[in-house]
Amino acid sequence: MIYFDNSATTKVDDDVLKTYNQVSENFWGNPSSLHNFGEKANGLLQQSRKQIADLLGVSPTEIYFTSGGTEGDNWVIKGTAIQKKEFGKHIITTKIEHAAVKNSMKMLEKLGFEITYLPVDAEGRVSARDLSNAIRSDTILVSIMAVNNEVGTIEPLDEIAEVLKKYPKIHFHVDAVQGMAKGIHDLIFNDRVDFITFSGHKFHAPRGIGFIYGRNGRRIDPLMDGGGQERGQRSGTENLPAIAGMAKAIRIIKEHENQSINEEQAIRKRIYDHISNYEKVDVFSDLNNHFAPHVLCFAIEGVKGETIVHAFEQEGIYISTTSACSSKKDETSGTLAAMGIPNEISKSAVRVSLGDHNQLFEADEFNQVFDKLYDKFKHLS
Amino acid sequence: MKYNEIMVRYGELSTKGKNRRDFIRQLGKNIRNVLVGFDGIEVKAQRDRLHVILNGQDAQPILDALSKVFGIETFSPVVKLSKDASLKEIQEAALQMISEQYQSGNTFKISTNRQNKNYPLNTYGIDDGVGSYILDKIDGIDVEMKRPDINLRIDVRLTGIYLSSKTISGSLGLPVGTGGRATMMLSGGIDSPVAAYMAMKRGVKIDMIHFYSPPYTSEQALAKAKDLTAKLTAFSGTLDFIQVPFTKIQEEIKEKVPEGYLMTIQRRMMLRLAVAITIERHCNGVFTGESLGQVASQTLESMRAINDVTTMPVLRPLLSLDKTEIIKIARDIDTYDLSIMPFEDCCTIFTPPSPKTKPDLEKTRKYEKNIDIEGLMQEALDGIKISKINVDDNYLNSQEDVFAELL
Repeated sequence: MIYFDNSATTKVDDDVLKTYNQVSENFWGNPSSLHNFGEKANGLLQQSRKQIADLLGVSPTEIYFTSGGTEGDNWVIKGTAIQKKEFGKHIITTKIEHAAVKNSMKMLEKLGFEITYLPVDAEGRVSARDLSNAIRSDTILVSIMAVNNEVGTIEPLDEIAEVLKKYPKIHFHVDAVQGMAKGIHDLIFNDRVDFITFSGHKFHAPRGIGFIYGRNGRRIDPLMDGGGQERGQRSGTENLPAIAGMAKAIRIIKEHENQSINEEQAIRKRIYDHISNYEKVDVFSDLNNHFAPHVLCFAIEGVKGETIVHAFEQEGIYISTTSACSSKKDETSGTLAAMGIPNEISKSAVRVSLGDHNQLFEADEFNQVFDKLYDKFKHLS
Repeated sequence: MKYNEIMVRYGELSTKGKNRRDFIRQLGKNIRNVLVGFDGIEVKAQRDRLHVILNGQDAQPILDALSKVFGIETFSPVVKLSKDASLKEIQEAALQMISEQYQSGNTFKISTNRQNKNYPLNTYGIDDGVGSYILDKIDGIDVEMKRPDINLRIDVRLTGIYLSSKTISGSLGLPVGTGGRATMMLSGGIDSPVAAYMAMKRGVKIDMIHFYSPPYTSEQALAKAKDLTAKLTAFSGTLDFIQVPFTKIQEEIKEKVPEGYLMTIQRRMMLRLAVAITIERHCNGVFTGESLGQVASQTLESMRAINDVTTMPVLRPLLSLDKTEIIKIARDIDTYDLSIMPFEDCCTIFTPPSPKTKPDLEKTRKYEKNIDIEGLMQEALDGIKISKINVDDNYLNSQEDVFAELL
């Protein structure tokens, strides 16, 4: 089996799972309990938080644990809206955000907020000038993703940060769910960003755990009210086994970040070089540094994306239509449409997404299977 | 720059005539204690200077440790060349040292001191040879004889040629142990660690006394007091930590004494116990973190009513400091963050809503008759536990290593 769907989810790392189990067995006290057993759990919680903060070069007080990327995006967007509604009701985002951002925005539209969706160029990048033009006196939030989940575009967060330095009151949120350990740490943790969303299961931590970075001094309202965990910002008994597991997963993935990036780039290039020669193939992800190393999106004209996915599946290769979350609905890709790709072509799009466990020989196998399938499809269409 | 040794200049002790030898011996001992974790280094306490011979150890962590030792005025990392080193070798070493410190626009000076009269060049020859080399090699640097930014000293001695260019301020004060011994009432708040630090600065060797009242106070409160003690060992080496059980006494007082006098009588019992321990350990005073007027127990009237139980000196180094001044020192000595961790200590439990700020001495004595002072004290003294606390001890986060393996 070849697993090329790492942007959908990743396998939990064996050592992370070990930590998860050991914490479940030995540290199952509630970190809020006063007794020694709870206190130990709390010690582990705080040490996990500190490890993550240290690895990312931020303060432990800037890490808030969540249930994952969707919650993080919802929280920052709606929490900002509630917190800052007296100052304005205008929010800026892009046309290519993940559904967790997009649908949070739709929810806020219903509540009377006005949303500007920035366009993107042929590579899927927003422009700092468009952002600059869109900012109004009542703008309270700018939310722009780090790495697009469908085609792998890296957004110019440095240029965006420069624009936003002129507007210090606006919250700047980055959805970096696809951006952990992809060689763009400094771009994501730029000196203007206020909030960043991460999700554990994209980097070999368990499901149901994630975190947001929230710059010290920046406030959003909580969405989860209750017992006051996470310094009153996100209530709910802490998912300690998953939190400890995630701290470990970040350590592991950061340890071999450069090596994985090189491997992913090599695999992506080998597939890119092979398939881009075919007449009916359109490749939307480029090899240049505007794209993350692990995503390759392409279409075979005339064949539905779903058909391509299933055909590869029969050969033991797992890929997806453009995004796992929208793949079961009969929708074409929002990102490709925003990039100006006609509907006729974008409905034939599929995504190969690599992870640090993939190896170069898998690219060769993929290419062989591709040839075989392409041949078959040619007769069909 | 690879340094060979650190030269330490003595502080106030230089003026202390016949006690000088004791001071130097004690400082040497304290420095050896603080540097015990560094393999291979030698500490040579001589009459005029003390030398830490690095024998290959990195200088920086040792400089950091020395900056906390009382009794040092200044110290300098030193490069040692052989006694016959050529002018070329001296020039190269000097260039490297000055380049590391040089910032655009700085001035410098070479001061040579030649004890070894057999060295072929005289003082002027070395000054000139090294100075002109530096002028030649570093763009924009200038000579300034009166107030140079960088003063490179070259000591030509019979044992070798020594170069130093940095002078780092020490903690001043007197070497811990030369000022006698005393106990310290350590609660776990912000003030008492600062008071302990100030006592140490005057050369006093301190034993920590901590009252704890389980189950009203938690294990963490005790661990926190121990961790604060561990922070203070940086200034004095290993410390004795004496924990005194106080639950029974607090319960008795609560039951038998009018509410307004709870606090005063509690403090009297604490002081009695502290004095008993002080005498037992051949110490000559009790230090506290009291600051005049800060809380109800720290008014002059309260101090008199509490101090009434003993003639032992009760020393209050923070007496006239403001809270903000105390906090500043607490931050400097790195105890603040620990001190503000929210674990209840035995001073805050059973506090009446309105303790007497001006307790009446006669009434205090009268109400105290309600309790069995001798019996309660004996029971508490029998339950004392003493532990030695070292620099690297960590009680609050004793699980850290276990966690590190999981993470």
